[in-house]
Amino acid sequence: MSVPTGFRRLVPGNRRTIRFSIDGQPVQALAGDSVLTALRINMAPARTSEFGDGSRAGFCLMGACQDCWVTLKDGRRLRACETPVEDGMDIITSLPSETQWPGA
Amino acid sequence: MARRVVIVGAGPAGIRAAEALVQAGLRPVVIDREVKSGGQIYRRPAEGLDRPAEHLYGGDAAKARALHATFDTLGTSIDYRPRTEVFGITENLLHMHDGDRLYDLHFDDLILATGATDRIAPIPGWTQPGVYTLGGAQIALKAQGCAIGHRVAFVGSGPLLTLVAAQYAAAGAEVAAVLDTSSFAALRRGLPLMAARPGLLLRGLKLRASLRRHDIPYVTGVRDIRIEGDGTRVTGLRWTVKGKTRHLDCDGVGMGWHLRSETQLAQLAGCAFGWDPVGRQNAPDIDDMGRSSCPHVYLAGDSTRILGADGAETAGYLAAAACLEDMERPAPFPVARLLRRMQLMRRFARGIAMAFPYPDDICTDLPDEALLCRCEAITAGDYRATIAKAHAIEPNRAKSLSRVGMGRCQGRYCGAVAARILAVNGGLPLEQQPGLRPQAPVRPMPMRLLRDNAEETAG
Ligand SMILES: Cc1cc2nc3c(=O)[nH]c(=O)nc-3n(C[C@H](O)[C@H](O)[C@H](O)COP(=O)(O)OP(=O)(O)OC[C@H]3O[C@@H](n4cnc5c(N)ncnc54)[C@H](O)[C@@H]3O)c2cc1C
Ligand code: FES
Repeated sequence: MSVPTGFRRLVPGNRRTIRFSIDGQPVQALAGDSVLTALRINMAPARTSEFGDGSRAGFCLMGACQDCWVTLKDGRRLRACETPVEDGMDIITSLPSETQWPGA
Repeated sequence: MARRVVIVGAGPAGIRAAEALVQAGLRPVVIDREVKSGGQIYRRPAEGLDRPAEHLYGGDAAKARALHATFDTLGTSIDYRPRTEVFGITENLLHMHDGDRLYDLHFDDLILATGATDRIAPIPGWTQPGVYTLGGAQIALKAQGCAIGHRVAFVGSGPLLTLVAAQYAAAGAEVAAVLDTSSFAALRRGLPLMAARPGLLLRGLKLRASLRRHDIPYVTGVRDIRIEGDGTRVTGLRWTVKGKTRHLDCDGVGMGWHLRSETQLAQLAGCAFGWDPVGRQNAPDIDDMGRSSCPHVYLAGDSTRILGADGAETAGYLAAAACLEDMERPAPFPVARLLRRMQLMRRFARGIAMAFPYPDDICTDLPDEALLCRCEAITAGDYRATIAKAHAIEPNRAKSLSRVGMGRCQGRYCGAVAARILAVNGGLPLEQQPGLRPQAPVRPMPMRLLRDNAEETAG
């Protein structure tokens, strides 16, 4: 995997470094990044599709498609495109993340 | 006691409605799920990423500044509730949550200005990491200062296609190509109507020219588009044009065919809907001012018809004026001029619809093995088989049997496609199909909220 993929940062801005981990690997992002941006900058997806069709990394970036739900090691689930990344977050992308929501 | 007027949405439409109500001496509640006001087009960037308005909003910088300034001066003369989502409506009660707390809010009058989302036609490979909506690609740039890939191709049709590609090029992203499913002939047919707003038309042509300056190919009339990749990343794009197959390498794809209105709340409020021949989707019935079929429910902006940001501001003023009129209070401005403006906007929108039509054939020709529903990974073939077996002729029955439209996105991204596939597989013609019925919550919410709040009530 030498060819870069994922988001490319064009405007770094003057921001603090955030340290977090993806599937146990320590990685970095910048304050103000959404969890999804933080994942994509590090070439990671958000989750593995529970239907076995590969991985998913969001689609709409505006909270509408629900394809970016991620699971944290502590069990929290969140919409990655709408949640700012925080120091110490432990994100698990290798598990299918079954979103719980009422009415389903 | 003063009537409680609630506005849902703090984009151009909601902000102008709030301004008008405040001018008339009311103190409306303004609810928006976002942290910051501004809505889609005038979205404000994350902290620490502030850039000059000229960079963020291009030719719309002055309008963006004016709208933000208006909102900021409203201050405490409105009851502003950011980070708050309305997820359901029963009679005169809004059901909402702010991430921690669930609560209901009573309204006497309601103005819905909930905006729009991208209109999608699925193409094989569209669920892979690296594929985003055009709107999403723009949000990555505006709000996060990122491109969705290192080498990006844009596919679809409509004003956002050229705009987002040009914004990417200007920001220094590598844009491989822009692929338009519309034709040059269609564009020419739309031009006379688009001339209703010469400034906007000119700007569109200039954006096209800026793509040429960056040596970005703009190809029209593309079909048989496929996104290549291994399920974990995008590696390229394949399409045909004039019978020839073409290919390019890329790791990011932005796709979209103009916009679709976010109508779930209006549906839950009980507003009547009908077929809109311009947008070619179901749309709420409204009068010229934005009155819905329900008394005391007004609709404004992209959530009714896609008329763009200027149209949304005008519609916001008009909806507030209608609301005031129905309270027998005068509007704080004359409405005749605004009504004339709306006519121009609608004329322009007809031109856009003609120039950049939604590609029905791409939907109905979707290969059986391609995913139609990304939420539950249902293929076009499965959907066709289910409707044939069940003799479903309308989308809600087809939905309950196939689950297409029942997933987490509630049909936002598959609804238009499913309707078209249904129409050519023994279903009702498009114009006669009812829309998908939404259910509360209009977006998924954490179970934790229900649990915590149930405990609160019980304790
Ligand atoms: C992704 C995207 C990108 C666009 N980019 C451009 C562009 O670059 N140039 C251009 O001319 N036009 C663009 N448009 C069109 C333009 O955004 C609109 O014409 C204009 O913003 C419409 O204003 P509005 O007030 O109707 O809706 P919006 O600006 O979309 O505002 C709607 C607001 O309602 C809120 N909301 C919705 N539902 C709820 C709910 N249930 N609870 C709480 N809050 C809610 C949303 O958070 C949002 O802030 C874009 C549209 C989209 C969807
Ligand atoms: S990317 Fe669509 S909800 Fe987050």
